[in-house]
Amino acid sequence: MSWSPAGPGMRLQAQMEYKDFYKALGVGRDATADEIKRAYRKLVRKYHPDVNTGPDGAGAEQKFKEIGEAYDVLSDPEKRAAYDQLGASWTEGQAFRPPPDWDAGFEFSGAGHPSDQPDQFGDLFRDLFSQRAAYDRGGQAGARVHVPGQDHHAKILVDLAEAYQGGSREFSLRKPELDAEGRITLRERAIRVTIPKGVRDGQHIRLAGQGAPGVGRGKPGDLYLEVALTAPAGFRIDGRDVYMELPLTPWEAALGARISVDTPSGKVDLRVPDHVQPGKKLRLKGRGIPGRPAGDLYGVVKIVIAPVETEKARKLYEEMARETRYDPRQKAGG
Amino acid sequence: MAARTSPDPECEIVTTLTLVELCRISGTTRDWVIELVDEGVLDPVGGGQTAWRFESSSITVIARVRRLQHDLCLNIPGAALVLSLADENARLRQHLSQAAGDAPGTPDP
Repeated sequence: MSWSPAGPGMRLQAQMEYKDFYKALGVGRDATADEIKRAYRKLVRKYHPDVNTGPDGAGAEQKFKEIGEAYDVLSDPEKRAAYDQLGASWTEGQAFRPPPDWDAGFEFSGAGHPSDQPDQFGDLFRDLFSQRAAYDRGGQAGARVHVPGQDHHAKILVDLAEAYQGGSREFSLRKPELDAEGRITLRERAIRVTIPKGVRDGQHIRLAGQGAPGVGRGKPGDLYLEVALTAPAGFRIDGRDVYMELPLTPWEAALGARISVDTPSGKVDLRVPDHVQPGKKLRLKGRGIPGRPAGDLYGVVKIVIAPVETEKARKLYEEMARETRYDPRQKAGG
Repeated sequence: MAARTSPDPECEIVTTLTLVELCRISGTTRDWVIELVDEGVLDPVGGGQTAWRFESSSITVIARVRRLQHDLCLNIPGAALVLSLADENARLRQHLSQAAGDAPGTPDP
């Protein structure tokens, strides 16, 4: 459970883990406001999820969230004072029960820092439903006011196989909501999504009417799902084109062969030309992600040396060594 | 498009978006999107603003630029530079992890 800055009305849950915000920013408890700001800016540059989009992205994102959380409290003198009052004897991750009414006597001005809005920090609020979290504006609605509901945004992970075949699957989305006391709670909802055949990485699927409800007779907003395609090991996706590892034996690579390959669209018989080198791409036209036009599938040659397990195999290799006299360290062309 | 009350909501791929649609979905202003186009961050097809058609991935690009602007206090050219470097970085990392995966040489089943 995390302590999400929620502005006015913020309460610690009854049982949670203590978080050392000073440690998160790498500063001492006596750090000045300037030192905290400098430490924060440095860490934000390092861990910003839009900068760290590689395979380590998820780790960076978690770290970024922690930094944001820490800075939100330590950059606000009121929150920092309240936090400091909890004492320094806690250690990171320790089960933590705050003293009753720990925040009594502190007047939270709330609007002082932009992070008081629930959408500023934390992957939950920003990446699941970016921009404006779903505030229930129904109570303010006058009898004749009709406002369309807001669009919502979320990201879904789709397998490469699903992009090839299309399909229908249930996704679980979490939506931040403010409860009656102004606390942020996450409400889960399951939604069935038809994944259209040929969907590409980065494309959006629109679910009409699945965003925030409208006010009055205003129609509900739409839900936009950003598709992130995930490739199995040995595969790489580039737009509609797909690259897959194509392991060959040395003799297949040297002599050429007719082989049968498992591709995302089923088994394919493939003719390997003779004398292919590792890294060479063999194109299977139109076997990439379906569409108009369909993408191509590339088999990227990888040569796998068959293990020398029998005496006969050893003899064959030795014979080849004797007969071919090929030296790969000489200039290419042999 | 009318909302449906059936348990399976209507799903459609958003292929291209007009400038007006993109602004509405992203909650941004027209001028700001035009700035992103001028900076080369967004690359619509079609000549002239009314004929512009944006890829739906532009929604994500806009969200990223906004976050970078807010979190790192960047202006648009700065955010554009970070985006292109981050994308290049991600591409290189992908190649690197593939190359590293090749190194140990997995036995042929």
